[in-house]
Amino acid sequence: MLTQTFTVINPTGFHVRPAKTFVQAANGFPCKVTLLNKGKKANGKSSIGLLTLGIAQHDEVTLEIDGEQEEQAMEALGALLTQMYE
Amino acid sequence: MSHNLTGIAASPGYAIAPIVTLKPARPAPLREHVADPRAEQARFAAAIEQSRTELEQIRQLTEQRLGAEKAEIFEGHLMLLEDPELIDATNDKIAEEAVNAEYALREVAGTFIAMLESMDNELLRERAVDIRDIASRVTSHLLGEPHQDLSTLAETCIIVAEDLTPSDTAQLNLEAVQGFVTVVGSRTSHSAIMARSLDVPAIVGIGESLLGLPTGTLVVMDALEGRVIVNPTDEELAEYGTRKQRYDERKTTLTRLKEQPTASLDGARVELAANIGRVEDVAKALVNGAEGIGLFRTEFLYMGRDSLPSEEEQMNSYRVVLEKMEGKPVVIRTLDIGGDKELPYLNLPKESNPFLGLRALRFCLKREDLFRTQLRALLRASRFGNLKIMFPMIAVLDELLEAKRVLAEERAKLEAEGVELGAHIEVGMMIEVPSAAVAADLFAKEVDFFSIGTNDLIQYTMAADRMNESVAYLYQPCHPTILRLVNMVIRAAEREGKWVGMCGEMAGDPSAVPLLLGLGLHEFSMSAGSVLPTRELIAGLSKHEWSRLAEQALTMRSQEDVLQFVQHQLKGAN
Repeated sequence: MLTQTFTVINPTGFHVRPAKTFVQAANGFPCKVTLLNKGKKANGKSSIGLLTLGIAQHDEVTLEIDGEQEEQAMEALGALLTQMYE
Repeated sequence: MSHNLTGIAASPGYAIAPIVTLKPARPAPLREHVADPRAEQARFAAAIEQSRTELEQIRQLTEQRLGAEKAEIFEGHLMLLEDPELIDATNDKIAEEAVNAEYALREVAGTFIAMLESMDNELLRERAVDIRDIASRVTSHLLGEPHQDLSTLAETCIIVAEDLTPSDTAQLNLEAVQGFVTVVGSRTSHSAIMARSLDVPAIVGIGESLLGLPTGTLVVMDALEGRVIVNPTDEELAEYGTRKQRYDERKTTLTRLKEQPTASLDGARVELAANIGRVEDVAKALVNGAEGIGLFRTEFLYMGRDSLPSEEEQMNSYRVVLEKMEGKPVVIRTLDIGGDKELPYLNLPKESNPFLGLRALRFCLKREDLFRTQLRALLRASRFGNLKIMFPMIAVLDELLEAKRVLAEERAKLEAEGVELGAHIEVGMMIEVPSAAVAADLFAKEVDFFSIGTNDLIQYTMAADRMNESVAYLYQPCHPTILRLVNMVIRAAEREGKWVGMCGEMAGDPSAVPLLLGLGLHEFSMSAGSVLPTRELIAGLSKHEWSRLAEQALTMRSQEDVLQFVQHQLKGAN
């Protein structure tokens, strides 16, 4: 299992559109994707799950990835967390 | 007798029409035992399938009417139809508790709606609406009751509803619907955002009393003030009829101007740019037809937090602004703290005169570590657009040379690291300290551009604190003294072939703009909302004529004389 923490710069945090982009990307990988923020945990392949994390700008979000292709998934999804804007 | 209701103005404009009240939400489905949960799951799956077909149509309709970006909301809805936390969980509940699908879906969706509605972030709270919208759509199909179709409304009307879902809003027939008013909602509701892109007046959050009005009641919507006038009097009808006509004409003119470059009556081109303080302000700059960003204040990155932003984080923010501006010029000002802007986590000593103290570049040259981080972030972002770096608060040449030296060092380091940089990054400085204005000829040899920060330049020139009411009378942007300084700066830059912008409030002040055009200012940077009115103003001015008139203004005795002269000339021209 891989674990890494990222800072979200998106000023609106993680609402529908970024959550959608993230979930679509996560669904492209066979491994299990979990996100943790401020003590809450959610399935990275569920946009509702991501929304309920209440991710805001400057939050430090931890990404946990477990299973096949975990390294590629960490790279792609980590980049989304830090660069995504909208 | 008329009476008024007030709410939140969510999308500007006026409308006068009878209302159509949409039927209220159906009552919550009851829990029912089902004998065959498998069959119930199949019924649920069929309803999801029907919802998918319907949403796909709405998505296409929205894409045609509002573009791909707005249609994304419905891609989000389509995704919710596949969301494991919503759909799988509902299926599990049907199986485990042997209950009807309507009830299971309501329970599962309800949990998430409650979670989202309890969030601090308004945008996330609003997302509860999406889940409600989708759950209601699937439930309609389960119950075999079709969703109310707003695309078929034919008579001119104003829609009144508890709330409008994004899908309701997207389907409004705008031939008929003049505007809408809702009981709940905020400026960031999907329905409010949609209303702004559809350009239809909207007032939200008006409260329960709204639903007491019968369909057919005549109302006036003033969606600039957030007011609804119920059963208007003849006088009110006449008054708002005129306002609406004037507003609509004005909007047509400004829309036309948005597509045009800024040019004076005699064909001289200048650039109208926007000042921004946050990354998300770029959208507003573009919507208002800004030809660039004339001032991006980077303080926001450092404020409202308890530690310094990293190089990576800053780079990402600058990159987004540069990319969104698509090659249009973006002037980014390095950190300007001190004065009235404090960063508690830096624990800086209190100063008795903070505006004359260790602020902006003075501070950055003391805290080189922090300055270098920002410069590296800027340089690394430079390849994503047309970046111009600007240093604030320079008083003497040595400060500029020192800042340029640090920048050159960081540039050399990045090049050695093999980092790709922008082809040509202009470097400029603010003119806000009188000493820099007076010695502009010396500075002009060392920079690519100047940007005059009038708010500080006026306060320092007049030695008058701009926050102090008792000396506020000295804040005189059009005083000949200030005009002379502006003139000196522009002349000095011209001799070296450099350009001059202005990023203080004066740049968007309709009394100052003719004079600044005449003095030969190249770039005017202002709040986004002033861009189009200023473009309209400049289109009616002859630069040649105003260069002569501005010369005269320089020799006048007071700001009052200058303002009267400008008003007189503007009237004479019409």
